Amino acid sequence: MSQAMAHRLMVVDDSNIIRRRIERVQDLPGVEFVGAARNGREALEMHDQLRPTIVTMDLTMPEMDGGECVERLMQRDPEILILVISALADKLTAIDAIEKGARGFLYKPFTDRQLNNALRKLIE
Amino acid sequence: MTSNTETEIRVFVEGVLNYFDTSMQQTAECGTPYLALNQSPEISDYTGMIRISGKRDGLVFFTAPKSMLCVMLMRMHETDMSHHNLCDLVGEIANTLSGNARRDFGHRFNISVPAVVHGRKSTVEYPADTRPIVIPIAWRTYHARLVVCLN
Repeated sequence: MSQAMAHRLMVVDDSNIIRRRIERVQDLPGVEFVGAARNGREALEMHDQLRPTIVTMDLTMPEMDGGECVERLMQRDPEILILVISALADKLTAIDAIEKGARGFLYKPFTDRQLNNALRKLIE
Repeated sequence: MTSNTETEIRVFVEGVLNYFDTSMQQTAECGTPYLALNQSPEISDYTGMIRISGKRDGLVFFTAPKSMLCVMLMRMHETDMSHHNLCDLVGEIANTLSGNARRDFGHRFNISVPAVVHGRKSTVEYPADTRPIVIPIAWRTYHARLVVCLN
């Protein structure tokens, strides 16, 4: 997908303040926030309607965790760009997320700049 | 205090200070740690907690007054100071503590998902035969506490 085309961003996190912060802070040209889900199950339900091209994904969430959701989103849309954003700061967790199909990993807590840099790397 | 305990406490303190550096873009300061005189150090309005088992058993929590958490939300440009968001914030701080512990202690510990309790009269159950270590955390004019209690 070229940078001139619009990207559609969906945020998946069980924390309301993180969902709202990512929506507020992301300022990349061509990236449109389309919706937010509170867990993996809700993300899968919203995926068909919102058709996101980029997803930020927390890992530890109720009902369906981020790891399972990454796998299921990749099965539905292998082109989807997933950035895992998690406080689980060990390397094995990051490697596992990448193996499941995530394209990037950002540790919590993060600065606004770190978030935008991670999203920029994802779409470049 | 054993060197193991000191190392563990340092990981949690650095986790909290890093949270302020990164999310608030301001430095918080750690005061002198002390052993709680009784089993139950005073807790504040909102408390985010993780429980630990495995090589050590116990709990770690960050407890802060509502006024401090409201200003923290403002620093994040959050306008909604609802109870839900205040719980969310201490939960996120506890989540950071959990992540740092997993990174630095690996499989020596099992770490619970964060829990949040609200209210100064809430009861915290400490492991038997332990004395909590209290680390004062100062940010701007506000005071929070990090409490580490491991047997």
